[in-house]
Formats: sequence, structure tokens, C-alpha cells
Amino acid sequence: MATVIERVTKVVVDRLGVDESEVKPEASFRDDLGADSLDVVELVMEFEEEFDMQIDDEDAEKIGTVGDAVSFIESKLG
Amino acid sequence: MDNLFQLKDKNIVVMGVANDRSIAWGTAKALIEVGANVIFTYRKERSLKKLEKQLANYEDIQPLLIQCDVNSDESIQQAFNEISEKVGTIHGIVHSVAFAHAEDLKNRFVETSREGYAFAQDTSAYSLIAVANAARPFMTEGGSIVTMTYLGAERVLEGYNVMGVAKAALEASVRYLAADVGTDGIRVNAISAGAIKTLAAKGVPSFNTILNKIEESAPLKRNVTLEEVAKMTVVMLSQLSSGITGEVIYVDSGYHILGI
Repeated sequence: MATVIERVTKVVVDRLGVDESEVKPEASFRDDLGADSLDVVELVMEFEEEFDMQIDDEDAEKIGTVGDAVSFIESKLG
Repeated sequence: MDNLFQLKDKNIVVMGVANDRSIAWGTAKALIEVGANVIFTYRKERSLKKLEKQLANYEDIQPLLIQCDVNSDESIQQAFNEISEKVGTIHGIVHSVAFAHAEDLKNRFVETSREGYAFAQDTSAYSLIAVANAARPFMTEGGSIVTMTYLGAERVLEGYNVMGVAKAALEASVRYLAADVGTDGIRVNAISAGAIKTLAAKGVPSFNTILNKIEESAPLKRNVTLEEVAKMTVVMLSQLSSGITGEVIYVDSGYHILGI
């Protein structure tokens, strides 16, 4: 089984069409990876599907970087 | 089966693909399967890119991709003129377009702005009338127009707010349009889809709560899939539904029949 960070990276690469090397924990979806507001919503939806969880709006708003996504998902997975 | 639908080589315009989860996209896939010639309209570069990405999986077809901003009469007219020039007769339209400002869904309903109200109506309800009028001269063999609505048009669903009012206007427009263009052999119907996780639905603050509630209480004890909504849309475009117009068809696991 791939780790959370590997799975998150794959989703980000697929959705945003960026290079895997750009997907670092500190990378901001908007500022570094060129995502617009709809891309961010799409990413959250992909994460929900990939990890079979629901991410509520309040939580989604706090996800700004790749690292934020990974730590949020890890905390939800327990 | 192709014969049952009689949609082979029919020209169907699909409006409103935002990404691969869009109801419009699910419908387009089902239409391609039954042999229809699908024409896509997109509003902005963003959707065009998504369409191109999605269509890369369909090497043997080269669908027309036409720019159309439903907030502009000129753009709608131009789009349908162009479609007709290229394909001739239009046999069907999937209108799967709606928009409201996020703040009008998040704030209290009573605080809905005049501009936000008008914009939601213009994009989500008036656009159907404008599209029907622009397409009508090219629907010379009759045809079918299908739009997407939601239960929020008739019941209060938290966070649906101004979009519920726009969908109510859309459903009323379906009835008035059906009565008007019926003389041209054109049918107009709406599909009231249960909650489906689309980009648009994600803009509704209480969306995850709605999904859970339906799973718990709808007669079928589950949410509907994109494919189920798409299938019914194909039926409503096809001759299988030839006697139906002005109707709102629920594809919602039966949720709308419940009292509480």
C-alpha cells in the first residue's frame, strides 16, 4: 500500500498536471502549483474519493499546501 | 438497443461540462455510447481544457467544441448558428448550467443581494429560455431539451438558498417553454437529480450532510450515481419518452416522496 504522501502526490500530479518533483510538502496549491479556486475544490473531492472520507468545508479551507493535505488526511485516518 | 433510443447520428448539444464529475459529462458519455453525435459547449478556457483532456480517451470521435457564455444572448446566438452551420439539424440539448455566488449560498437567505439574485436567475433559469429560442430554428425535426434541477426548487434545503429560487424559476420555465414550443414538436423536461458530488454541488455548504441524510432515509437507502442521472437524461432525449413534456423527472432514490 502506498503511503498517504505518495497517494496525495499522485492525485495532485493527475489533477494539476504538475511534475512530481514540484509536489513538496511546503508547496502551496495556489501559489506554487498554479491551482485556481475550482482546482482546489476538485483536489479536495479527489482526496475524499482516494481516501474514502468526507472533508468538510471548514477543514477544506485550512488545506493550503501539500503538507496540510497530508497531515489532515493522516489525522482523519487515525 | 441503438434502435430503441433512435439517437444514432442525432446531433445533441451538451452544455455545462466542468470536469469528469459533471452531470453533463456523464450524459455525454452515455450519448456517445448510443451513437449520438455530441456537440459540446464550454464557457471558458478552463472547461475547454477539461473537455479536451476527457475526450483524449475517445480517439475515434472528434466532437465539435463551441464557446458559449449563457449570460450573453450574442454568444448563445453565435454558438447555435455555428453549430447549425457545421452539423445542420439539432435534435436535442442538455442544459446543465447553473451558477450562484458563494456568499449567497453561505450567508443567510434574507441577506441575498439584488445582484446575486439576478445573476443566479440569469445564469441558471433565463439561460434555458435563451438557449431554446436560439436553437429552435435549427430543431426542424422536433427534438428534446433537458435541463437539470434539484429538490431545492420546491423544498427548503439548508444552504441552497438563492439557487433554490433560481431552480424554481427554471422548473416553471420548463412548463411554459413546453407549452410554447410543443407546437414545433420540441419537448422540454427537467431532471431533478438527487445529490451528486459535482463541482457545483460542492459549493453548497451543507452538501456532505445532505449526502448522509439521503443514504439514511431515501427509499433506496443510497445516493444516486452520475450514471443513473445520465441514463435518464438519455431516455428523456430519446424517442422512449416521446409522449412526455413539461415534466420534472426525479432521479433521487425516491427521496422527494418523503414527509420527514
